[in-house]
Amino acid sequence: MREFKFALKQTFPIFFAYIFLGIAFGIMMTEASFSILTTVLCSVFIYAGSMQIAMIPMLVAGASFPVLAVMTFFINARHLFYGVGFIDKFRRSGWRYPYMVFALTDETYSILCSVKYPSGINEKNADFLIALCNQSYWILGSFLGAVAGRFLPFDLSGIEFSATAFFLVVVLNQLSQYKSKIPVMTGLISAVVFYVILGAEYFIIPSLTVAFITLIILRDVISHRLGISEEVPHA
Amino acid sequence: MPDTYIVVAIALIAFITLLTRALPFVAFGKRPLPSWVNYLGKVLPPAIMVILVCYCLKGIHFDVIGGFLPELIACCVTAGVHFWKKNMYLSIIVGTICYMVIVRVM
Repeated sequence: MREFKFALKQTFPIFFAYIFLGIAFGIMMTEASFSILTTVLCSVFIYAGSMQIAMIPMLVAGASFPVLAVMTFFINARHLFYGVGFIDKFRRSGWRYPYMVFALTDETYSILCSVKYPSGINEKNADFLIALCNQSYWILGSFLGAVAGRFLPFDLSGIEFSATAFFLVVVLNQLSQYKSKIPVMTGLISAVVFYVILGAEYFIIPSLTVAFITLIILRDVISHRLGISEEVPHA
Repeated sequence: MPDTYIVVAIALIAFITLLTRALPFVAFGKRPLPSWVNYLGKVLPPAIMVILVCYCLKGIHFDVIGGFLPELIACCVTAGVHFWKKNMYLSIIVGTICYMVIVRVM
């Protein structure tokens, strides 16, 4: 119960973003004449916001399976980088392991990166409930959008900024807590450089890849600054 | 539209999505992690998070002032409130409300 309250509190910023984006997805699915059941099943089994929205025109156009597979891989390829920090943690999570891997979205990743557990809490259950709460919001939003999206009496546009604001706050916290600014600056510089060179549609994977490689190259320097230099073998 | 196409297509998208999330876990199996993976686990999150912020803001454009100003102001407000009060929830709520107001008046 304590873990559940904790998870609700941690996922609060994501609640608004997922409910709203879920509603938007539900409305788009209904307009493309997919059933409520199909819409909800997508959110249960795929559970990837931008992919689910990108797939609608492709499904309507009857895109071939190889095309769908390749598009899915490229749209979601940023997830390849998320697991790296959680391999040890998720391995130790027992029966929750498969779900934790499945549910590792941008938003869940960012919560798990920044979460501070109060003492005495069961961390494995807390992580699991954080992931589960997030997906519940997403499914609920999709359902609402499919059932009643067009009849909503209020205009929520712009509420999706809550996810951006959340990511921004996590970055600010990391900047003030981290002993080395190099990781944040590496990410920022490679994102901006590739955004300028490649444009909005293609910059994400190259910038993640270059940040990844740069951080490996700078390992000695950063480890030293973070005070984990004892792990690095020196000649 | 035939329903089997939709079912197979959704199953395929679900599988590939899971694959992108599971690959790092599959790659290391149950073996003990090499020290560079532990190191990356510590330093990747700040780099990834700042790239995610850029990813969220990728829709901005500079041909008209309304193409970037709402995002710019809302991000500054979020950051400003965060430096001032150090309360994550307050920063997110104020920043989001600010953004919702600006996109309506601009």
